[in-house]
Amino acid sequence: MATGAAPARFHRAFFVGALTIVAVLALWWVATTGTRWLNPLRLPAPSEVWAALQQILDRGYAGATLWQHAMHSLGLVARGFAVAIVTGIPLGLLMGWSRRAEALINPIFLLLRPIPALAWIPLAIVWFGLGDTGKVFVIWLTAFVPAVINAFTGVRNVDPVLIAAARTQGASTAQVIRHVVIPGSMPLIFTGLRLSLQASWTTLVAAELVGAFFGLGRVLNIAGQDIFPGMIIVGMVAVAVCGAATTWLLGLLERRVLNWRQAI
Amino acid sequence: MANRNFLGPAGTVLGVVEFWLLTLAGFTLFFGGWMLVAWSGLMPANLLPSPLAVWETLVRLWNQPFAGHVYAEHLTASIGRFLMGWAIAVAIGIPLGLLMGWYRILDEIITPLFDSIRFVAPLAWVPLAALWFGTGIGGPLLIIFVGSFAPCLISAYRGARLVEPRLVEAAQTMGASGRRIIQHVLVPGAMPSIISGLRVSAGLGWQSLVGSELIVVGAGLGYLMVQGQGNLATNIVIAGMVGIGVVGFAIDVALRGVEAWFKRRWGQT
Repeated sequence: MATGAAPARFHRAFFVGALTIVAVLALWWVATTGTRWLNPLRLPAPSEVWAALQQILDRGYAGATLWQHAMHSLGLVARGFAVAIVTGIPLGLLMGWSRRAEALINPIFLLLRPIPALAWIPLAIVWFGLGDTGKVFVIWLTAFVPAVINAFTGVRNVDPVLIAAARTQGASTAQVIRHVVIPGSMPLIFTGLRLSLQASWTTLVAAELVGAFFGLGRVLNIAGQDIFPGMIIVGMVAVAVCGAATTWLLGLLERRVLNWRQAI
Repeated sequence: MANRNFLGPAGTVLGVVEFWLLTLAGFTLFFGGWMLVAWSGLMPANLLPSPLAVWETLVRLWNQPFAGHVYAEHLTASIGRFLMGWAIAVAIGIPLGLLMGWYRILDEIITPLFDSIRFVAPLAWVPLAALWFGTGIGGPLLIIFVGSFAPCLISAYRGARLVEPRLVEAAQTMGASGRRIIQHVLVPGAMPSIISGLRVSAGLGWQSLVGSELIVVGAGLGYLMVQGQGNLATNIVIAGMVGIGVVGFAIDVALRGVEAWFKRRWGQT
């Protein structure tokens, strides 16, 4: 969050930040290995985390290697997210474009929106079992609502002058939607996607903790049952890395799609 | 926005009658569709009970204990747990965010730490929380705290950063002490951002509570749902979802009220 306005400021922030991280890591080592005043069952030593990482990379843990678990979780998030984009954005655009559609569909949202996606997990298990379908379903629910709402708000925030200008130039409705409304609502749509991507990971981890055969949540679950703190940390770091990686990918996509904004 | 009649259907202003008819149609579509699927046998009753069956279940759960408690006790257990975890997040996150906005060194120390754990999904803390604080009260509190902490911190930090530097300078020229500037310039200036952050964090905290109750707790709406799921009692699961939705909605409405009150009281934004 440190804004690097001037280069000197940036260097200083970087230096202090690096020092802090090093200090925390050193404190971790001292507390767990050097002095042993923290019970290793509460916080594992760095060496234990390293050993757990080696174990899950080479021999696997909870039925698969780290790579396989991570790919499985990534695949589920990608599928649920893709379905949410394909269904949510057109619906939001429609609701934004037509006040009639808004009045008709809004009540359904009013009823479903206050229920967090996590609360659908037990129902998803009854409906679809512990396999992949239920997880894709809850991730879809997580990302669907923000996708609809942001596409809707995005359309409503398009400058009416732009639409009127396109009309005066003789643009048809289809052309207005294609060339003015959709590009104009894109920035807000991406804001919604970024928020729901983080939420999707939370939902997936919860769903996998409740019951799954594979995935990072399963690793966390088994590690918790085995009281294997090193592996718990490995699982948490893996979740964070996957979340950061997907956010980064979405940022790349956003820059590519919103290319025209820099051109202006 | 309502009267901006520009060239497009988004500008058409619906008549009051048409608006309410369409809204009514929307509600009918939802409940009608649900009832139709339930009663036509398209989905068996043990997978999708009708709205009426859910209502009957709610009434029954209100009087007879399920999963150890009656419905109201599950409800209050969840709300109490949420309020505690959220209060801790607010009490730590907002002062810390303000101080980070005020003291540059604090910003530089905490930001990298915050950034490095920000991507750990709140629910991924569950096993560690159970290890540290047990599955009783402490574990779930940590999950709620982790879920709602980030928006508190970020909104207070942004709010403090957005305070007009000239106001701070003016106060300094008048000889105000650091403490007085924080109290009279920084906090009021950051308030709008803080209040919108509170709304976001309450929503996320409530969601984290539901998640933690699905996994580790022995009472509460989430636990009720898990027990219902274990018995393949979809009506109980949906009854739990209704309670979660109603409380989530109430929390949001309450904080919207605070936001509106604040705007009236302090003027703009």
